Amino acid sequence: MLQVENLTKTYPSEDGVQTVLREVSLSLDAGASLALTGESGSGKSTLLTLVAGLDAPDSGAIRFQNHDLTQMDDAARADLRRGEIGVIFQQFNLIPSLDVAANIAFHARLAERADADWCSELARRLGLAGHLTRYPEQLSGGQQQRVAIARTLAARPKLVLADEPTGNLDEDSSDTVLDLLMSGVRDTGAALLMVTHSLRQAEKLDRCLHLSHGQVSP
Amino acid sequence: MRRAAFSALISHWRKHPIQLVSLVLGLALATALWSGVQAINTEARASYDRAAGILGQDELQRLEPRAGTIPLSDYIAIRRAGWLVSPVMDGAINLNGSRVRLIGIDPLTTPPQSAPVDLSGDGDLQSFILDGLLFAHPDTAAQIPDTLPAVRATETLTPGVIITDLSTAADLLETDSFARLILAPAQPINLLPLSEVAPNLLLVAPDEGNDIARLTDSFHLNLTAFGLLSFGVGLFIVHAAIGLAFEQRRPLFRTLRALGLRKSTLLTLLATELLSLALIAGMLGVALGYLVAAALLPDVAATLRGLYGAQVSGVLTLNPAWWLSGLAIALLGTAVAGAQSLWRTAQLPILAPAQPRAWAIASLKSLKRQAFVGAGLIVFAALLATYGSGLTIGFVLLGCLLVGAALTLPLFLHLALNLASKFSRTALSDWTLADTRQQVPGLSLALMALLLAMAANIGVGTMVSSFRVTFTGWLDQRLAAQLYVTARDETEAEDLARLLDGQVDAILPIRYIDAQIEGAPGQIYGIIDDVTYRENWPLLAATPDVWDRLAAGDGALINEQLSLREDLAPGDPVTLGAAQFPVLGVYSDYGNPRGEAILSLAQLREQDVAINGLNFALRLPETRIEDVTNLLTNAGLPARNIRDQAAIKAFSLDVFERTFTVTGALNVLTLGVAALALLTSLLTLSTMRLPQLAPVWAMGLTRAKLARLELLRAVILAALTAFIALPVGLALAWVLLAIVNVEAFGWRLPMTLFPGDWIGLFLAALIAAALSAAWPARRLATRPAADLIKVFAHER
Repeated sequence: MLQVENLTKTYPSEDGVQTVLREVSLSLDAGASLALTGESGSGKSTLLTLVAGLDAPDSGAIRFQNHDLTQMDDAARADLRRGEIGVIFQQFNLIPSLDVAANIAFHARLAERADADWCSELARRLGLAGHLTRYPEQLSGGQQQRVAIARTLAARPKLVLADEPTGNLDEDSSDTVLDLLMSGVRDTGAALLMVTHSLRQAEKLDRCLHLSHGQVSP
Repeated sequence: MRRAAFSALISHWRKHPIQLVSLVLGLALATALWSGVQAINTEARASYDRAAGILGQDELQRLEPRAGTIPLSDYIAIRRAGWLVSPVMDGAINLNGSRVRLIGIDPLTTPPQSAPVDLSGDGDLQSFILDGLLFAHPDTAAQIPDTLPAVRATETLTPGVIITDLSTAADLLETDSFARLILAPAQPINLLPLSEVAPNLLLVAPDEGNDIARLTDSFHLNLTAFGLLSFGVGLFIVHAAIGLAFEQRRPLFRTLRALGLRKSTLLTLLATELLSLALIAGMLGVALGYLVAAALLPDVAATLRGLYGAQVSGVLTLNPAWWLSGLAIALLGTAVAGAQSLWRTAQLPILAPAQPRAWAIASLKSLKRQAFVGAGLIVFAALLATYGSGLTIGFVLLGCLLVGAALTLPLFLHLALNLASKFSRTALSDWTLADTRQQVPGLSLALMALLLAMAANIGVGTMVSSFRVTFTGWLDQRLAAQLYVTARDETEAEDLARLLDGQVDAILPIRYIDAQIEGAPGQIYGIIDDVTYRENWPLLAATPDVWDRLAAGDGALINEQLSLREDLAPGDPVTLGAAQFPVLGVYSDYGNPRGEAILSLAQLREQDVAINGLNFALRLPETRIEDVTNLLTNAGLPARNIRDQAAIKAFSLDVFERTFTVTGALNVLTLGVAALALLTSLLTLSTMRLPQLAPVWAMGLTRAKLARLELLRAVILAALTAFIALPVGLALAWVLLAIVNVEAFGWRLPMTLFPGDWIGLFLAALIAAALSAAWPARRLATRPAADLIKVFAHER
């Protein structure tokens, strides 16, 4: 479903050009999960933003369901994100002006795939049923991340990209949130590509790749 | 340490140049409009003072006739009784078509306090008395033809005035009577009282002298109120810029305090920084204000001349009073705008986190609290409208109304957007409305400024347009005659009357005297009984058979100004000159600031004073206008002494339009400042909005679409603001028409509504909002993806 081939990404820096990703390749089948680990600055998050179509690589290809993201314009990549890809961020990035219920349904409604029952079910499963009329600022970090997961799953994406989804949570909350994420992904049949620092969490996924200095190693 | 700390503090502005520009520009524009208005007022008042000072009216008592002039015999009687008085002739002469005031004085008896010109030079007194030397302002001196005696230009005189010796004035004015007698400050003792020596004359105290200054007070108060409104609108920008700059620098404050900088030192440095910025912006504002004043002064001078007969120089002089006051108001404004921020910094714990986002987000509770205060002010304004009176109360009412409405605006917007979201059907519209609602606190100051500017625009626009409609209709009624003729002397007037007999439908003589009306200077007209008046004269209130009773000499008609000023209604007695008459009716008399009355011509003649009687109004068929004009010019009357109805209407309307040129210009400038406030606020907020926009972008909305939504958001907010500006503007118009105008000018106008103007203003507001949002929206549309990705990468 997802093939990343020879992906290279550089950024200009004060010392010249900094290569963040160097000829990175990986693949991910539908319904499978893959953990990306690596130290800070290894390029994990950059790889995720490229796969999400949020940024464009210098070279290489990203094929998702037979579409090459690198050949798409900004609008087409936006369409793809809206319909097929869900992104979960470390900082939750909820919409502060919408309440929990509206946040959960938001992505699905954008994708014109809103299903009130499914949203309610997700809220129940993620322990948010009692918080639907609250606003993000009124929730704890763990609760906010559960809303972010629910928002992503509510849209039933084919691919879920999670960038250190538990990076801002304590250990207990992290495990709970990750379990909820994985069961949700499993139930929707989506593939999961997750960036994490934690090897313990990475082991819970089907496969794990390590990224170091912009290069992948198994 | 101080230098390093100060350098660190001001480095903020290098990093945020838009904030710096908005702060300096906001303050400069606010100062410019305020100091421009002050420059105009200062210049005009200086002209009035010069005019009053010419004859020491501001310092010395004087005797004035109750009506007409003071005959030579009265003057001789007073002198013989031992009173030290100096006679003054005062009249007008024509100089190349424009009327100039000519004042004749007796330099030998004029008290030093009232000496209008310096005659201390060698031979000056001799030239003044024997050669008839004239003194005039350089502008007026340039108009004096060679046929008149020699003229000496002097800057100390007001334009439009000529001073000369009594004998020269008597020749030029063709009179031997006096306008007033000035009393020397020291008089011999044991004199017969003036009331016995000259029972027909009024003793006028010096403080009552400056009529023009008193008459024009309301005009200048109007200008000042507009200047203050513009200044207030500008302060919204300054407050917003300072507030954000302080909030964004909280981490820096924290670091500086942690490094050992005393709180008092930090506050001193911040105050110094604000003071420096205020001085720079103030100087820029004063310079801009000078340009504004210089551009507007000729129109103001024309207005004051047309409306009040006040002569004001059309050229601006640099007066330290107003540019110092401009700098002072800039400093004061900065102090007001920055006080809250400085106070918060003073209260700040060292480890308090920065909350630039929180700065822009206020809780619903605080919006409600603010709206509660606003509602209180509106209620107070309503109470003032019901129970208050006076011009000052009128302006306090306006202030309460405008500030009250501005304070309730954010809650109104919040509730309106809430209501709209109930009808929203898509995720995007849900988010747009919710996000717009969240933007309201951050944009509220700019939106309040927009509300004030729009309300002022609607209010003043409605007032001016109502005035225009009423005034035009009134002119049509009042200028019923087809031709207006001015004879050059009494003989010619009699000849013309004979010549026109049988040539026109009616000859309506226009006869009047200058007289004291209820203790204030005014004019009394005498008219003949004619169907023209019965059919056309605009009466606001009247007794039954008013025209029959007027013709029979049963009483007088008075103008609305006099009626309102003295609280006179039909049936009440009114003192005209030395006699009392019952009021038969009240007529509208727009554009005239003084009291005026109408008697039958026969009764006017009984007043025993010289009547000005050189004008006629002629009723005739339109087809005869050319023939009659030719008849008059062939009889030797200069063409400029014959004016048709259209010319007089055009002149009157021109005076009217000029009267409101200044308010119109200030209106536009205020709207411009409000649009700038919106632009700077949107630009400032755009840098803080990425965390809100990035997740939506990540979920599949392009930057271009987000940018379009930013535009839509600004337009929605402007539209809602315009929606509330309409009732506020109409309330403002009502206050201006029913309270301020009545107090200021003495007439009340019916309020006419102009929905076409509102639509125009509504569209202008939407376009201004869209243009204000265009720049930040374009920045968003072209923003590198990396900027948005950074939002997900680390805490902002």
